[in-house]
Parts: sequence; structure tokens; C-alpha cells
Amino acid sequence: MKLFFHIGRYFILLAQILKKPEKASIYRRQIILEMDNIGLQSLGIVAIISVFMGAVVTIQTAFNTDHPMLPRYAIGFATRQSIILEFAPTIISLILAGKVGSRIASEIGTMRVTEQIDALEIMGVNSSGFLILPKVVAAMIINPVLIVLSMFLGIFGGWIVSAVTDVMPVSNFIYGILFEFAPYDIFYALVKTVVFAFIITTISGYYGFFTNGGALEVGQSSTNAVVTSSIFIIIFNLILTQLLLA
Amino acid sequence: MIRVVNVSKSFDGVPVLKNVSTVFEKGKTNLIIGQSGSGKTVLMKCLVGLLNNDAGQILYDNHEFSTMTFAERRIIRQKLGMLFQGGALFDSLTVEENVIFPLNMFSEMNREEKLERANFCLKRVNLENVNHLYPAEISGGMKKRVAIARAISNSPSYLFCDEPNSGLDPLTAIVIDNLISEITQEFDITTVVNTHDMNSVMEIGDKVAFIYKGELWWEGSRFEILKTENKEVNDFVYASELMRTIKQ
Repeated sequence: MKLFFHIGRYFILLAQILKKPEKASIYRRQIILEMDNIGLQSLGIVAIISVFMGAVVTIQTAFNTDHPMLPRYAIGFATRQSIILEFAPTIISLILAGKVGSRIASEIGTMRVTEQIDALEIMGVNSSGFLILPKVVAAMIINPVLIVLSMFLGIFGGWIVSAVTDVMPVSNFIYGILFEFAPYDIFYALVKTVVFAFIITTISGYYGFFTNGGALEVGQSSTNAVVTSSIFIIIFNLILTQLLLA
Repeated sequence: MIRVVNVSKSFDGVPVLKNVSTVFEKGKTNLIIGQSGSGKTVLMKCLVGLLNNDAGQILYDNHEFSTMTFAERRIIRQKLGMLFQGGALFDSLTVEENVIFPLNMFSEMNREEKLERANFCLKRVNLENVNHLYPAEISGGMKKRVAIARAISNSPSYLFCDEPNSGLDPLTAIVIDNLISEITQEFDITTVVNTHDMNSVMEIGDKVAFIYKGELWWEGSRFEILKTENKEVNDFVYASELMRTIKQ
């Protein structure tokens, strides 16, 4: 029963979020601010993880495909496909669910317990729309940029491995990453990213907005936001993969 | 003027407000007093629409508020200012941005006009040279004053104050009380203050409504409350040794 209660309340909140903003110029400014908070401030962690994961994927692929029947460029090909199809959109989104999701839930949750949301309501502001919509729009714009960057950096990490170790020749790696490149894979990854951005921001916003109590409950909301967002990212990953690739 | 007619509210079947009826007059500081848990905060939340009353009517200048749609309520709410117990200032905004916020959302003023209005409101609450500080960088009393400045920035017709003196020393509390009273008279607004501080009652209570176990138990002026024979009111008013000594 509690699950249905949460689902119903989530969709009611979504309907409130999507109401016409009081003043579009204020919302536009908020979106820019949120793009900085959500996107640019996540740049460092995304870059570091992408480079190292790309390098690790290349090494692991090389060790697991050490067979005379398999061409060496297959390592570059497999690295590219792993990074574009799964690692960048899904794993980075899961990391963003942890970083951005907890931030959103705790920020809005703290505003709830310190009556800042009540203050917005009394002024006549659509508080859920004002607090959550700019975050949703900002994430849906900036997350694809982060993911494309992650793709480049992941492949760059693989290139570094091929350049500084004897895992494989650089020329084979370059040939592999260019081999049978399908732009549709990028489209698939970006569609997933946009859906995941929506999931992270709305679920985290939901948990933050309906926080009750004090500091302890803000922490619980933050944890619930990360756990639930991650679960839904995994579920929608499967659904979208079936819909777009099968 | 705000008229409350037979307002009731329950939580999980437990009645918290029972047929409360009263009038909060324009240009006066109207106080709701009572013990903790008596229902005064619930009454204030019903008045401003943060809670929906189960029965009865709340009328803002004869406009029924309880049955209004969200869009209709928004028009009334733009005429409301509220001072919350903890100030409820937006942490991410400076003092100046906090005061300007309602103007940004609902006025058509240009930037200079908004700044001028913000500075006027801050000056009115005796705050200067704090425009660029964040709420975390100012004292509790200053936060309350910034919250008052924000509440009056949009020239409200109704001002609500929830426990304006909580957490303040007696001197700062009197400053806040007097500020609320002066602003009420100066801008001719309807002010409703929720408090259990007898100093506030004696300082600014043009009209006092005593809530007891969810019912409107007694109402009158700050002068009448000292003379009433009502037992529950007397128990509340003369709860402290100091007040009992003054009475004797």
C-alpha cells in the first residue's frame, strides 16, 4: 500500500512541477545556476572516473581476449562499445545519482524542515515547481554533455594504456575505436542519459520535498533518494535497451 | 480584516481545533495565545492555507479563503507576509536578495526600484550595511528583522508572525514586538501574532485570543486579560512567579 501511496504522490508532484512558472525569467536564471551546481561541479569526478575506467576496461579486455583468432583491434572496438553503450550513460548516471541526488534531496529537505518551503508557499510561489523544475531541466541539458565528455575521456584512458604499456599497439587501438562506428549508439546513450537525468532529479526532489522532521529525516531522505534513483536507473536501463537496441 | 467562522481541524480523528470563531481587525496587532499544544499554530497554518480546515470558513475581507483554488489563493497570498519562528530565510541568498525575492517573483519593478524598496524595508527594521551578508552570518535577532523586512517588502495587507520572540533575549524581543506593532499601524495592515510570551501580550496585544484545548476560550484586550476571572486564562497569565507577584 505504501508503494502505491508514493507512486501516486510522485505523479501528483510531477503535475505540480510542470505547471506554468510564475515568472519565466527567474526560472531561466535558476536553470543556469543549477547547470553549474549539477553539471559543472560534477565535472571533476566524471573526468577522473572516466579516464581510469576507460584504462581498466582496455586492460581487462586485452587480458580476456588474448587469442590468436581475435584481431588486436577488437580490444579498441570492445572498449569503445563498452564505454559508449553502458559505462558512460549508466555508470556515470549512477554516480551522479549519488552525488547530485543526495545534494538535491538534502537541499530541498533542509528547506522543508526550516520552513523555507512554507515561506515560498505563503508568498504564492509554486514551491515544488520553483525548486524542482529548474533542476530537472538543467540536468536534462547538462548530463548529456557530461556523458559525451565521459565517452571521450574513457576512450582517452584506453588510448593512454595502449600508448604507455605493451598491452596493444596504439595503431590497433585507434583502428578498433574507429571500426564500424554507428552514430545510433550515441543516440541510444543520450536517450538513456536524458531519462536517467529526469529520474535522478524528480525522485531526489520528491524525497526532499516530502521530508518531515529534522536533521535525521533529511539524512534518510537523502539516502532514500540515492537508493531509489539507482534502482530506477537500472530498471529503465533494461527497458530502454530492450526498446532501442533489441 | 480576517474573519474566522467555526473553524475545525482534526488529525487522524483527533480534534485539534473545535469551532473556533473570531475576528482579526485591520490596523491592530491581534495575538493568539495559549499553551504549547493548544492548537494556536494549527489555527495560524489554517489561516495562511498551509493546512486545510476540515470545517468552517476563513474570510479575508469577506473573500472565503478555504474553498479557493490554488490560483485564487495565490492572489490572496501575494498580499500576505509571514514571519516564521526560525526566520525561514533562504540560506543561499544574501539578506538583500531575500528581501528582494517577493518583488522578483511578483512585481514589475525594475532593478533600481527593487533595490530602493529593499533598502527602505531594511532601514525600517533598523538594519543597515548587512545587505550582502548571508543568513548564516547574522544573529538570531537580525534574522527576525530581515524576515520582517522580507514580509513587508511586497506591501502586504496581512502580516502573520509565528512565535516572533522565540530564542531571543528580552531586550531584542521587545524591539521585535515594537517593530511589529509600529509596522501594523504605519501600513494599516491586519497583523496576527502567535505567541505564548506574556511580555508580548502586555507590550502589543491590541486584541488577544486565548486558545485552550483547541477552543477559543477567551478574547479581549491586553488590559482586560489582567482582570478576567477566567480560571484557565489566569493559570496561563499568572503561571510565572513574577506575574503572580505583580498581581499581588
